[in-house]
Amino acid sequence: MNKKILFEAMRTLVAIGVALLLAFIIIFTVSEDPGYALQRFLLGPLSSLRNFGNVLEMAIPLVFTGLAISVMFTAKQFNLGAEGGFFIGAVGATALALSFELPPIIMPIVAILCGGIAGGLGNAIPALLKSKLDASELVSSLMMNYILFWLGIFIINNYFRDAQAGAMASHRLPEQVKLIRVLEGTRVHFGIFIALLMVILVYLFLYRSRWGYALRMVGLNIRFAEYSGINTKSVVLYSQIIGGIIAGMGGAVELLGMYTRFTWFQLPGYGWDGIIVAIMARNNPLLIPVFAFFLGYLRIGADLMSRVTDVPSEVVAIIQGIMIMLVTAERLLAGWRHRMIVKEKMQNQPIDEGGVQNG
Amino acid sequence: MADLLDIIFSTSFGYAVLRVTTPILFATLGALISIKAGVVNISMEGTMLTAALTGVVVSAFTGSGMAGVVAAVLAGMLLGLMLAYFALNLKTDIILAAIAINLMASGGTVFALYVISGDRGISSSLASKVLPKIQIPIIHQIPVVGSVLSNHNILTYVALLSVIVVYVLIYKTPLGLRIRAVGENAHAADSVGISVIKTQYIALIMSGAFAGFGGAFMSMGYVSWFSTNMTAGRGFIALAAEALGMGRPFGVLLTSLLFGTADALANALQAFRIPSEFVQMVPYVVTILGLVIYAKRRQSMAQKHKSEDRV
Amino acid sequence: MDEILSMKGITKVYPNGIVANKEVDFSVQKGEIHAIMGENGAGKSTLMKILFGMEQPEEGEIHYKGKKVTLNSPSVAIDYGIGMVHQHFMLVPSLTVAENMVLGIEPKRNNVFFDFDKAVRMVEEVSKTYNLDIDPNAVVLDLAVGKKQKIEILKALLRGAEILILDEPTAVLTPQETKELFEELINLKNKGLTIIFISHKLKEIKQITDRLTILRNGRSMGVYDTKDISEQEISRLMVGRDVILTVNKTDAIPGDTVLKIEDLSFYDKGNKPVVKDLSFRLRKGEILGIAGVEGNGQGELVEMITGLKKASKGKIFINDQEATKLSVKNIRNLKTSHIPEDRMVYGVAAEGTIGENLISDRYDYPVYNTGLIQRVKDLVQKSNELIDDYSIKCDGHTQQVNMLSGGNIQKVVVAREFSSDPELIIADQPTRGIDVGSTEFIRNKLVELRDEGTAILLVSADLNEVMELSDSLMVMYEGEMAAYFEDASKVDEMELGMYMLGLKKMEVKEMGGALGE
Repeated sequence: MNKKILFEAMRTLVAIGVALLLAFIIIFTVSEDPGYALQRFLLGPLSSLRNFGNVLEMAIPLVFTGLAISVMFTAKQFNLGAEGGFFIGAVGATALALSFELPPIIMPIVAILCGGIAGGLGNAIPALLKSKLDASELVSSLMMNYILFWLGIFIINNYFRDAQAGAMASHRLPEQVKLIRVLEGTRVHFGIFIALLMVILVYLFLYRSRWGYALRMVGLNIRFAEYSGINTKSVVLYSQIIGGIIAGMGGAVELLGMYTRFTWFQLPGYGWDGIIVAIMARNNPLLIPVFAFFLGYLRIGADLMSRVTDVPSEVVAIIQGIMIMLVTAERLLAGWRHRMIVKEKMQNQPIDEGGVQNG
Repeated sequence: MADLLDIIFSTSFGYAVLRVTTPILFATLGALISIKAGVVNISMEGTMLTAALTGVVVSAFTGSGMAGVVAAVLAGMLLGLMLAYFALNLKTDIILAAIAINLMASGGTVFALYVISGDRGISSSLASKVLPKIQIPIIHQIPVVGSVLSNHNILTYVALLSVIVVYVLIYKTPLGLRIRAVGENAHAADSVGISVIKTQYIALIMSGAFAGFGGAFMSMGYVSWFSTNMTAGRGFIALAAEALGMGRPFGVLLTSLLFGTADALANALQAFRIPSEFVQMVPYVVTILGLVIYAKRRQSMAQKHKSEDRV
Repeated sequence: MDEILSMKGITKVYPNGIVANKEVDFSVQKGEIHAIMGENGAGKSTLMKILFGMEQPEEGEIHYKGKKVTLNSPSVAIDYGIGMVHQHFMLVPSLTVAENMVLGIEPKRNNVFFDFDKAVRMVEEVSKTYNLDIDPNAVVLDLAVGKKQKIEILKALLRGAEILILDEPTAVLTPQETKELFEELINLKNKGLTIIFISHKLKEIKQITDRLTILRNGRSMGVYDTKDISEQEISRLMVGRDVILTVNKTDAIPGDTVLKIEDLSFYDKGNKPVVKDLSFRLRKGEILGIAGVEGNGQGELVEMITGLKKASKGKIFINDQEATKLSVKNIRNLKTSHIPEDRMVYGVAAEGTIGENLISDRYDYPVYNTGLIQRVKDLVQKSNELIDDYSIKCDGHTQQVNMLSGGNIQKVVVAREFSSDPELIIADQPTRGIDVGSTEFIRNKLVELRDEGTAILLVSADLNEVMELSDSLMVMYEGEMAAYFEDASKVDEMELGMYMLGLKKMEVKEMGGALGE
């Protein structure tokens, strides 16, 4: 077991190393002053409290979408709807905040829950289609991303749009719904605690509850789960709905923590980023914040670099892609691993322990 | 409503359907080949996007639209190759590898466009070329039919011809036989010395090539520029079109036309009082409905089996 | 005779650490039929996969016609003239016979297109040369097993095979088909082909082979001339010691009926009856064995009883409660346990830990949950108890199941299924492909549970096993009950064989005992 963790850690390090190396090469190729660019990229986030705060702000939504994806991927449900869930969650929170007046503290809680429900409902469609009709959740969740986007835009445009605002934007959110700032000199908001609370809740759910156990078994071997008497159809359903709820809550938290009004007129991309975070964290909820921070750091670093140099921040997209591919590359380092196992077995495998399953 | 029907039954609507079907059809044919070989390529979206940018850039620098198409197709093949390398050699989950390609393409194209031209998000400073439109002799003269079928971008005709090419490839050539064998029973193919990996490489590279054509059409036919995420989910819609078309070349032609019609309808409906957001949703909703119908039919066929069983 | 092929010092370790072959020497002579014998898991298939280029050995050399060769893919092996007929046929169902046969060496027209007509002619030619009749235009999907095997043999011959490897070719054949196959093989031998025949069926080996090599636990136990070695001797070499696993058990004291099956039928997708109007009952404290050649409906019967498949017709009662339409969970709640036929597919989640695998039937029991939260400590404690009680050899409950040997994996399944106080156990091939020690352990446990009053339905393709363990015995043939014996100890093996192969069938009234009539 420990050896397995070691191999996985090695693979992650190699993936990060190769991806960064590639990024360096790109930066050296396109930049007039690569030394300065690189310095901004790697150390920029640490150069001031505000910059570091930016990393934390960036990590908050990534924790939510990372958790959402990890729950669904743990059940082997390839639902890629965290993007739409996140977006519609923010819309749901906006709708609540602009429709009802509730006391402080209660109001953000209700708004976040409202966002969660919106996200959960969004994901319920691919979940139901998979569970009832065995239709691919992959394609339907991708389609739902676009549908939820346009639905959200419709809701904001028709019911909550501030005609006075120059650009397309909702009315201002009331003060008492907003999440408070928690770190002086930054915009890091209370959402960071909600995110960490969600990490713990998701961990407890997956590893300390019967529903989480059932979900994991469905992910490991659905036929084994069925044989054991687990209701696999319901797991397929609730794993995706829970993923949607978490993503939706993330959208709500992001909106209430960082914005004064709803201003997104394209999909923010956090759902896709959540896939990266979940994959890097091997779907382990406790590792999600680590990699959310890591990705946030890369993003802010690239952003800082692009502001003062000639290297666009989208260089991160390339790093991310390479990381996902290498981290999930089973063969990477597999040769090394196999050699070690063979060596060990040749030394101390007694003959009567041999024997394969199928002769 | 009468106005709407007027629009739908106009020749310009028929023309528009073929036009918007083109990129979907290319992507669907690409998806079809990959799925036939048992390696589903869901990176059609990112591949098209990359190809669209490549086409614009190369055509601007060479001054030749054809060079742009060739480069776009090569870019598509390269991404197919990359997906194949990761999925087949390094054993990366092919879905995740494809997601990685999509993510890379989405940001990477913006990055590359900026580095190359200094443009942000839209290739306004690049003098890229557009591919020629072609008037088909005889057919062009026929009243209604001519205005629907003729005077399309050359790639629209390439797409339609590709349906036949893919059909012949899959069902009438040794390679097609191997692709089907590999996709249906890889062990069987392997046991007679067919390299499963090589066959799947070929299929993924071909699927990349079709996505490349689709991308070239997007930026050098459909419109005459590149813009961020301009493929807008067409690469994903292709996956649904493939499934609905039951993996048959002429089947996917019909389903691609169906999605193309939905897309064209979305454009046509914009002239009416229907909120534009709902109009924008049409292709995606149709895709989900398509999936539902496909799944329902599959299920009822299974049900039928069962009820027969009970006799 | 010349040695056409030799393998020296072959060692193969799989990525999961299992040593399949250790320093194996093996050689065949031109024109002989040579058997490779061994128990399940002895490493026969692995050795042949290495010979056919499908697996690469860690150590060892292969010499073919006097030259050292590297067989790193099947196509290399095929080029050398080595052909293989796999146990699971390597055919593409939707393609025609001709298409399947020319796969990889497709004839072309105009250098581009696939030449269907030529492919058909090629098939006709080779089938005539070797006197093996087949319709080139048939779609493989529609063919019987024997025909499919014939295609496989022809496929190898079409590619110029001089050595033909057959991996347990008779396992899937009817007696008639087996007879036909043997005639064909001898015919091929007379035409100069060398045949390697993998099997663990003694009688077949004696009947058809010239020499044999015995493998045990991945090692070679030597090469023998078939005519010079007795069946007892072969069996001793295969198993290691002269253990005939005898189980000490007293006579059963059956109680009330626990499981009752009434006119149960199952039709497959093609509307073909796989289980036909089956009726029997199983009592408390009784082991009812089901003997039969695999694929005669036993698997479907088990899946219907355990809720994994729904019956097409008929009724199932467990402890007088109708269970025909119940879910797996509800059937388990009726105190039913199930050892599945294929442990890696149903029995375990291979990538899960041992602990996770031991609790999949009881993770939601109130005793293991306080409110929303699982009592993980109690579950771990239970897992550790089970690991001890069933002597599962492992590094602890957090070890992944796929790191264990086959026998220990089966013990994980058995530990879970036997420890839930079952009143009914459906044991489908409970000791297939596992080591002798684990086999003995599991069989003794079954008897122990019977003595405690559990009703046990034992399905096994291992004749020794059903005969040793069962109190009553029934035979299934083509989905129907072919025979029922109230007292299994009085059954003669030869007679049982006749029922299993469909040569004999009891009258319905003779089998009344199955219903307690």
